[in-house]
Amino acid sequence: MTEAERQARADFELIKELVSEDTRVLDIGCGDGELLSLLVDQRNVDGRGIELSQAGVNRCVANGLAVIQGDADSDLVDYPDAAFDYVILSQTIQATHRPRTVLTHLLRIGKRAIVSFPNFGHWRVRLQLSLFGRMPISSHLPYTWYDTPNIHFCTIRDFTDLCHDMNVAIECTTVFSGGGRRMPDTAPLWLRNLFGQQAVFLLSRKDGGLD
Amino acid sequence: MATAQQNTSPKSEIAQFGADQPLRLDSGHSLSPLTIAYQTYGTLDDRRANAVLVCHALTGDQHAANTHPVTGKPGWWELMIGPGKPIDTNRYFVICANVVGGCMGTTGPGSINPATGKAYALDLPVITIRDMVRAQAMLLDHLAIPDLFCVIGGSMGGMQVLQWAASYPERVFSAIPIATAARHTSQNIAFHEVGRQAVMADPDWCGGNYIEQGKSPRKGLAVARMAAHITYLSEEALSRKFGRNLQDRDSLTFGFDADFQVESYLRHQGMTFVDRFDANSYLYMTRAMDYFDLAADYGGSLASAFTGTRTRFCIISFTSDWLFPTGGNRQVVHALNASGASVSFVEIESEKGHDTFLLDEPELHATIRGFLKAGERVRGLQAGAHAKERAKERAKERDSRGGQP
Repeated sequence: MTEAERQARADFELIKELVSEDTRVLDIGCGDGELLSLLVDQRNVDGRGIELSQAGVNRCVANGLAVIQGDADSDLVDYPDAAFDYVILSQTIQATHRPRTVLTHLLRIGKRAIVSFPNFGHWRVRLQLSLFGRMPISSHLPYTWYDTPNIHFCTIRDFTDLCHDMNVAIECTTVFSGGGRRMPDTAPLWLRNLFGQQAVFLLSRKDGGLD
Repeated sequence: MATAQQNTSPKSEIAQFGADQPLRLDSGHSLSPLTIAYQTYGTLDDRRANAVLVCHALTGDQHAANTHPVTGKPGWWELMIGPGKPIDTNRYFVICANVVGGCMGTTGPGSINPATGKAYALDLPVITIRDMVRAQAMLLDHLAIPDLFCVIGGSMGGMQVLQWAASYPERVFSAIPIATAARHTSQNIAFHEVGRQAVMADPDWCGGNYIEQGKSPRKGLAVARMAAHITYLSEEALSRKFGRNLQDRDSLTFGFDADFQVESYLRHQGMTFVDRFDANSYLYMTRAMDYFDLAADYGGSLASAFTGTRTRFCIISFTSDWLFPTGGNRQVVHALNASGASVSFVEIESEKGHDTFLLDEPELHATIRGFLKAGERVRGLQAGAHAKERAKERAKERDSRGGQP
C-alpha cells in the first residue's frame, strides 16, 4: 500500500465514523466510488456522487452508484438547500477554482460538510520551500508546480481562519500525521499545523447563517 | 417499389383499441380506432416486473432487435438488445412499439380514416411526444404490465423517456434518456423545417394527398433525409469516412454529378430511406419533436416535472453530438438534482456524433449494462432466472442424449 493509499484508507474510515446511518450523502469528487460504496454498504446511506473523470463515473454507475459527471465549481448550484445530511469534499478543495464559494454551497445543500485536504503547513513542505527554495513534492503532493491540479493549497490554520471568517461552525477537526496516524485532539493548533499531513473537518452552519 | 405508406408489418404483434378506448390527444382531438404495432423480446417474469420499454427515434420503428421486414437489415438496436447484450433478453422482457403517427403498423397519416374511408393524410391531428407516451401506456395496460423496470431510448426516444418519467412516475422504476433534451431548440426546429419544406416542395406530395393520387414525394423526402443525416454525424466522422475522396473517378468532372464520396453516400441514404418511410409520417414525427418542451407543461420549471420522483435516472450524452449536445442533457441532470432525484450522468467521449447511440460504443454499453444490473438488485429481480432455467433444460437434454455436447 502506498502512503497515499494508506492515508485515503484512514480518511475513509474516519469519514465513515462521522456519518450517521440512514442519512443522505453527497460525495463530491467521488473517484471510482470507493468511499460512497463503503457508506452505502456499511452506513446504509442514500448516496450520490459527482466526479470529473469519465472512467470514474462509468465505474461508479456500473457499480450501481448514482453519480454524475461534473465538478464542485459548476455543478453544485442546482441542488436545493439542505438536500443532504452530509456533503463530503475529500481531497478536492485545493483543486477547486473558488474554494470559498464551494464551501458556501457545501453548507447550503448539506446540513453538515466534511472537508479533507492535505496540509500545506506540514514541516516537510515548509522545509522544502524555505531551505531549498522549491515548491514541495512529496508522496502526498506528487505533482510538479506546472502540472498540478492543486491550485489553492492551504494550511490547517488557513482553513480554520476561513471557517471563522465565514461564520462556519467547526464541530470537530481530525489531523493525521505520517502513516495515517491520528494526532491527539488535545494537541494545540500550531503543533497540528506543523506535524499534520492531512486534516478532516466536520462543519456545520451556525444559527446566524454564513457570511 | 411503391413508397411505404402504411406497412402492415405482418411480423409485428398488434394491439387494437376500439371506440370505447380513444387516445386523447394534446391537440384536443381524440384518435379512434387506434392500432399499435409492437415487437417483444425475452420473457415476462412471474411478477411482471422485468419489462423494459424501448422508445424509438424519429425514423426508427418497432423492429429494434429483429431483421427488418422491409429492408432485410438487422434491427436498429441489435447491438444493444439480445441474449447477453446490455439489454439482456435472458433477463428482461423487452417491448418496442411503433409510435403513433408512425408508418410501420401503428396508426399514422397513412392509415385509413374511418370517417372518409381514405388515408388520413393531413387530416390526422398533430401528434405530440406526450400522445405517443399515452398510447404506449395504453399498450402496457393491454399487456397487463403494471410498471416498467426501465424505459430507454435515444434522441426522440429519449424525449419519450423523459415524458414517461414525468407523466407516469409510479410506472417507471428506472429511465435512461440518451442524447436528448427536454425541449427542441430553435436550431433543431430549423433543421426540421428544412426537411418538411423539402417534402412539401415536391409536386408529388400533392398537398399531402399523394396516396390518393397514386404518387409519392420521393425526391422531397430523400432531400429531407439527406439534410437530416448530416446532423446525425459529426465533422470528424465525415472527414474520417470520406474526406474529399472522389466517387468512382480519378478527377473532378466539372459538373454536378456526385463527384465526391460524401455526395454519393448521402444520395444513397436518401434513396433507401424513402423505400421504408412515409413522407407525411416524417412531417408528423418532426412536428412532435418540435413541439416538445417538457418544462412548459410544468409552469416553465423542468425540475417541477420530476418533483418527488422515485425513478432512478441515467442520462447519457456524447461529446461530438451537436444536434443534442451535452449542455441540453446536462440541463435535465440539473433539473433532476434540483428535484432530489437519483441521477447518474455520463458524457461519453465519441467522434461519431448524435448517431453514436446506435453504434458499437463500448463505454455506452458498459454504462447501460452496469446501471441496469444495479437496478435489478434494488428491484429484486430474479436476475437471469430464465437463462438458468434454459441452461438446466439444455443440461437435461444433453443427459438424455447420453452426454453428447
